[in-house]
Amino acid sequence: MHASVRPAVSVNITPPVTTAASRETAAPAELRMSISKVNFWYGAKQVLFDINLGIATSKVTALIGPSGCGKSTLLRTLDRMHETVRNARLEGEILLDGENILDQDVTLLRRRVGMVFQRPNPFPKSIFENVAYGLRINGSKVPMAEAVEKSLRHAALWDEVKDQLHKSAYELSGGQQQRLCIARALAVEPEVLLLDEPCSALDPISTAKIEELLVQLKDLCTIVTVTHNMQQAARISDFTAFLLTGQLIEFSPTPQLFTKPSDPRTEAYITGRFG
Amino acid sequence: MTMNAQLRWRKFVSNFMLTLTGLCALVAVSVLFFILGYLVYHGGTSINWDFFTKLPAPVGENGGGMANAILGSAKLLLLATLFGVPIGFFGAIYLAEFSGSKVAFVVRYAADLLNGVPSIVIGIFAYSVAVHPFKHFSTFAGGFALGVMMIPITLRSTEEFLRGVPRSLREGAMALGASKWKTIATVIVPAAYRGILTAVLLAFARVAGETAPLLFTALGNRFWSNGWNEPTASLPVMIYNYALSPFEDWHRQAWAAGLVLLTLILVINIVARAILSRGVSVPRA
Repeated sequence: MHASVRPAVSVNITPPVTTAASRETAAPAELRMSISKVNFWYGAKQVLFDINLGIATSKVTALIGPSGCGKSTLLRTLDRMHETVRNARLEGEILLDGENILDQDVTLLRRRVGMVFQRPNPFPKSIFENVAYGLRINGSKVPMAEAVEKSLRHAALWDEVKDQLHKSAYELSGGQQQRLCIARALAVEPEVLLLDEPCSALDPISTAKIEELLVQLKDLCTIVTVTHNMQQAARISDFTAFLLTGQLIEFSPTPQLFTKPSDPRTEAYITGRFG
Repeated sequence: MTMNAQLRWRKFVSNFMLTLTGLCALVAVSVLFFILGYLVYHGGTSINWDFFTKLPAPVGENGGGMANAILGSAKLLLLATLFGVPIGFFGAIYLAEFSGSKVAFVVRYAADLLNGVPSIVIGIFAYSVAVHPFKHFSTFAGGFALGVMMIPITLRSTEEFLRGVPRSLREGAMALGASKWKTIATVIVPAAYRGILTAVLLAFARVAGETAPLLFTALGNRFWSNGWNEPTASLPVMIYNYALSPFEDWHRQAWAAGLVLLTLILVINIVARAILSRGVSVPRA
């Protein structure tokens, strides 16, 4: 049961109504991560039911669904951030490059799978030290100034902050802080970047900047983003997964999910009949 | 007519209570100014260069100073800080970051009780573990007694400030692959350092004026202390001894020592407030 020998199709979800043809197109050529038979509980309450999902390399995968559907929880299992919550329990298998992340050292895993949160959460340090943080705690020997500049350029923030690198990160605007958090995550060169509703606390202009950025970052790493904004998912993602009450209802290439949803519940959601 | 009477009565009660509460508030603050004024009036004249640089004059002679007591207090407070603050600080980290809620409850409760133990009892305790076995009074024993008093104050307030660090910062560090201890050392403690520093300063100010724990630990000394292992003079004990003496000049010096001590404590409190109000280092999420 190794991911690399398993046909990609089988890792993909198989919702009952998905046709063979649509599954074929949904099957990504190469998978960075694959989630199989994942069940998840907070205490006695089950919040994810038998999730199977493949995350395509160098693509943007969006998780959408109404509040409380489990999309953030699913995202947080991908770098095992769920373990910071007491009484959380996960069953199933999550592979990163063919290896089960649940068997790995969690700090090493989180260096390969970065995360950006709903609200910007820069550390109470300078802009420079925020970006350098991940490298410093890893004892990285790379030239720090170069690495910080590179990450800030990738996060499209360099030109705005290059003259004030030693100012406190809290002096930046909310949108800039969020891009700083992206730069901070990129500095350790993760293979996968997880984003948990990264724009929900931002104004439309900052949101547009971050959306543009995510599309560019595809070349650098694989991206998984949670959003409750369907337009956003449609604009930036290559694949979209729709979750409802802890179940994966549909997983397809984004244009297909939004134009020809195969499940009536997906259609109801994207046309705004609930959620 | 009855309506009017009722209304007048209500207005009277309202004004009466306003006056009463206002007066109580006034008394509360004026006590401080009264004490300060009294100290300055009685002790101000004895505050001079000699007071800070000379040893106490032999009995019967006027003049002299309290240099040995000032240095003694500084040594005692240094020892107390070195002993009490690390224990309180690391204990608080355990409480806020590692312990389960049951353990935390027990430790917190014990710390609150320890905080309420009368200082004379702390003194007896320190006497029995740090004086009696060694058969002599010492600066170490005094520092130990004061340090014990600093533990619960440092522990409880440090814990509060650590808990105040938003969860999002912890997650941010852990998501970058920081271990729990790395997260605490590089993000959480730096984010809470202003509060922690304030807590330490307030604990320091709290024990600076303690007399009872020193009476049978550091004892007192009319001369320079010969070392950390010897009895030492301290400002609070000096005040106690001088105030009970029959000499006018000693009374004045006791007032002066009180003034120095109170000024020190006031300054520490003001500095602590200034540190805290310079802005909480982390915005609330």
